[in-house]
Amino acid sequence: MANTNLYQSLSLIVPEIVLTIALLVLVTADLIFHKDKKSIPFVALAGILLTGYFTLIQIGNYGFAFQTSASAFKHYGMFASDPFSIFFKVIVIVSSLLIVFFSFSSDEIQKITDRIGEYYALIFGMILGMYFMISATDLILIYLSLELLSLSSYVLSGFTKLRDRDSEAALKYLLYGAVSSGLMLFGISLIYGLTGSTNLYIINSLIQSPDVNLFTLAFAVILIFAGIGYKISSAPFHFWTPDVYEGAPITITAFLSVASKAAGFALLIRFVKTTFVSYTDPNGMWQLINVFDWKTLLISISILTMTLGNFSALWQDNLKRMLAYSSIAHAGYILLGLVVFSDQGLKAIFIYFAVYMLMNLGAFLIVMLIANKIGSEEIDDYNGLGFTSPFLGVAFTIFLISLTGLPPTAGFIGKLYLFIALVDAKMIAVAVIALLNSVVSLYYYVRVLKHMYLTSPTKDTPAVSASLPNTILVSALVLATLVFGLYFSPVVDAAESSLFILGL
Amino acid sequence: MSEFPILSLITFLPVLGMIIILFLPKEQPKTIKYLSIAITGLQVIMAFVLLANYNYGAAGINEENSFQFVEKFRWIHITGISWLGTVKVDYFLGIDGLSMPMILLTAIVSFIAALSSWTIDKSVKGYFALFLLLDTGMMGVFVALDFFLFYIFWELMLLPMYFLIGIWGGPRKEYAAIKFFIYTLFGSVFILLVMIGLYFSATETLADGSKVFTFNMLVMMNPANYNSDGILSAFNPNNLRFIAYIALFAGFAIKIPMFPFHTWLPDAHVEAPTPISVILAGVLLKMGTYGILRVSYPIFPDITRDLMWYIALFGMINIIYGALVALAQKDFKKLIAYSSVSHMGYVLLGMASLTTAGVNGAIFQMFNHGTITAMLFLIVGVVYDRTHTRGLNDFGGLAAQMPVYTGFVTVAFFAAIGLPSMSGFVSEALVFIGAFGVDSIRVLTMISTLGILLGAGYMLWTLQRVFFGPLNEKWASLNDLDKREYAMLIPLSVIIIFLGVYPSAMLDLMNTSVNSLVNFVSITLHSTTLSGF
Repeated sequence: MANTNLYQSLSLIVPEIVLTIALLVLVTADLIFHKDKKSIPFVALAGILLTGYFTLIQIGNYGFAFQTSASAFKHYGMFASDPFSIFFKVIVIVSSLLIVFFSFSSDEIQKITDRIGEYYALIFGMILGMYFMISATDLILIYLSLELLSLSSYVLSGFTKLRDRDSEAALKYLLYGAVSSGLMLFGISLIYGLTGSTNLYIINSLIQSPDVNLFTLAFAVILIFAGIGYKISSAPFHFWTPDVYEGAPITITAFLSVASKAAGFALLIRFVKTTFVSYTDPNGMWQLINVFDWKTLLISISILTMTLGNFSALWQDNLKRMLAYSSIAHAGYILLGLVVFSDQGLKAIFIYFAVYMLMNLGAFLIVMLIANKIGSEEIDDYNGLGFTSPFLGVAFTIFLISLTGLPPTAGFIGKLYLFIALVDAKMIAVAVIALLNSVVSLYYYVRVLKHMYLTSPTKDTPAVSASLPNTILVSALVLATLVFGLYFSPVVDAAESSLFILGL
Repeated sequence: MSEFPILSLITFLPVLGMIIILFLPKEQPKTIKYLSIAITGLQVIMAFVLLANYNYGAAGINEENSFQFVEKFRWIHITGISWLGTVKVDYFLGIDGLSMPMILLTAIVSFIAALSSWTIDKSVKGYFALFLLLDTGMMGVFVALDFFLFYIFWELMLLPMYFLIGIWGGPRKEYAAIKFFIYTLFGSVFILLVMIGLYFSATETLADGSKVFTFNMLVMMNPANYNSDGILSAFNPNNLRFIAYIALFAGFAIKIPMFPFHTWLPDAHVEAPTPISVILAGVLLKMGTYGILRVSYPIFPDITRDLMWYIALFGMINIIYGALVALAQKDFKKLIAYSSVSHMGYVLLGMASLTTAGVNGAIFQMFNHGTITAMLFLIVGVVYDRTHTRGLNDFGGLAAQMPVYTGFVTVAFFAAIGLPSMSGFVSEALVFIGAFGVDSIRVLTMISTLGILLGAGYMLWTLQRVFFGPLNEKWASLNDLDKREYAMLIPLSVIIIFLGVYPSAMLDLMNTSVNSLVNFVSITLHSTTLSGF
């Protein structure tokens, strides 16, 4: 019996096992080929493709690995493999794949070829952390995966050591991370004290009893939210984001802004849904257990996050920093999909993440390619670039317009579904605030266009051209951004089929 | 009706041209210019083909089977899980008497603007690519009958317009371009919100009896399609129809531009290059009023009736305020920009009357304002190209130096004033006839007639300052019109005079639809009219 259980559990975590093996192979390969490290990136690429394959064949899986021993809850475990987790894992692995491609041509990464093995090994550490985070249904596993992700990210954000700001970024990240993970751990211990369990499903059933201490519970939940909020960089835990995004190598910045955020959101959604929802009604609305007012908390945080993100982005002259604030604002929009507490909202989050991945990584890719050439991310250095580098200029325009959320780009579809979810839940006022926010965001996105196109090029304006692989990569992202803007059935279908969260 | 997808062709032909241009080498500006003129010319021909095959008796408005040249395909159809509802977006094009005049206008004005773009010599390739993209957006708005499609075309225009003003504009182009962009986006987010609200409030019953949410505007027009708990459904006692109407109206009003949302217009006009001013005044402003007639009126007939007086009031303010500010201008282009504000006021007033004469007048005025103002901006462009100044007081006595030019100017000015035998007269007269007949807005109409007086004032004064009196010696070497300028000004003058003498050519086109619209808006009840005041 125990053996079948273990076998079944292991079969559910095949992608994670593959990731772990790949990580070990990378470390070993790094030791063996310490003279010539040209092959290392391809080992990483193979590892990611393999993981992607094993993730994809899991589509349609439902099951728990590592089930609890408590007899009443013996069907529940600490690791859920369900359509919800697979959707987010696909997002993570696709962005990892793109990040490996980015790393091939990033100047910053080229400068550290002697440490390239560690670089990829740490990236695999991050992916592994994210994979477990997305599936974790037990507070201990949640905490461990969060730490695995964080520790790898701390090192990577200061990895190149080319400038002072790199170390500053890493240190800031570490300090903020340590504090919030400490808070989270405290919250977890309080929850354990209240319920005697770390399993989300058991906690769910116990907090429905009338004699749970509501004040302690609320306190614990807020502490745990601090840990998660820091990962998704929602206000007021977002202060590290601009510094880290600016200081980290751009490949890592892009990775943090998409994959790490996706994993954080997956964790938040699963935590809220499995712990605090008693049942989902036939209309797809989630009925919250009346112990903690998630709605008010999340609405305020979401509005605060998007407003702070957008208004701070207005003043940024460094594009990485601007995209950092923009990603904070986007976290605010995505939170809106959760505050409606319905399957409709969850669907909107899926769609938003799919398109956010395309357009945000696209924008970072362009910034990276331009920085490779001109060695700067300052907006003033972009003057006239649209004329000298027409291909990258047009592509950047499309990504920025998509980030603003204007048709006919995919970003519009993401926003449209969010607002559909909000209007469906009759939260018109929140929708209006979010829409006005997107008008504000137009200003700073268009500001880049202004520098690229409204300033005439001078003799010194460099012409940035992309190599053939990069041209293909950019074109593919542009094409996807445009096609999903006009024909979005595939994205929506994928999102609808991933709505199922194992459990309630 | 027609098997041949002529509406798609007329809409997407410019995009095709844009793609070709993107592949042309930029060292051949002439080829690019000829191609753009050919494409817009082809559009004019197609618009006249549409006109030749147009059925004057079909009403359109809210009945799908009386729309013409309909193309309807399933575009997005997501069946999914039952409680999420089925999402349906149609690629649904069709025209009726509201859109036919606008299509003619768009085709003609785009063609003239393409001709007028001949003098552009900076980044020719980019300019014409954006110009053609803009053209598609404009045409698309006038042929789309699905709200989602309508919105996509509506937003599609923003970016090309931003660049066209921002790159090829005057000294304060950056400010003007971003102001235009943010102002319009601000308006369109409200349109988006109302669109989503309507989507959840009305359902279409498919052939198999299943009900689906849809963006089809015609479905939204039928009160019977509203479900009982939709937020914009009159069956729902807590509905938000009134607020939604205001939001939608504001979104369109920014485009018109209606006072107090008009401040982007003078900036955009002054900084934009001549052809873009022509497009802006000739077509873009019409989208606001077209949107109100196409969307707000038939979908919210109950609120429209409640708010008639206020629409007329804003029309009156536009007329008087625009004219007064125009009187004070020292810049030729700004003067015309404010005269646009004033003239769009007539459109609002005519629409607010909810009478056949008034609405006919309003649509006719939209067409006439498009042609007349396009001509006025071309006239400014002619003199600006030669002198690089637009100050009204910098000129004087040009009539002696440029007699033919002055002849065209006189035609355009008199048309703008509304002199009989010019097209502007007919539409303004119809607007006043329609509005005067409605008791509630009679006083507003009477005040509005002052606008004609003021209009004559600033126009004639301008004529006097610029063209008469002693010749300013600085301009003694100015040449009269060249061939290209003839090619731009003659067709417009012909249209203006022809429609002044024979307005039925245009009025017959729209009459059936306008009757149907007025009738529909006047009598359609949205169940218990709990909404409103």
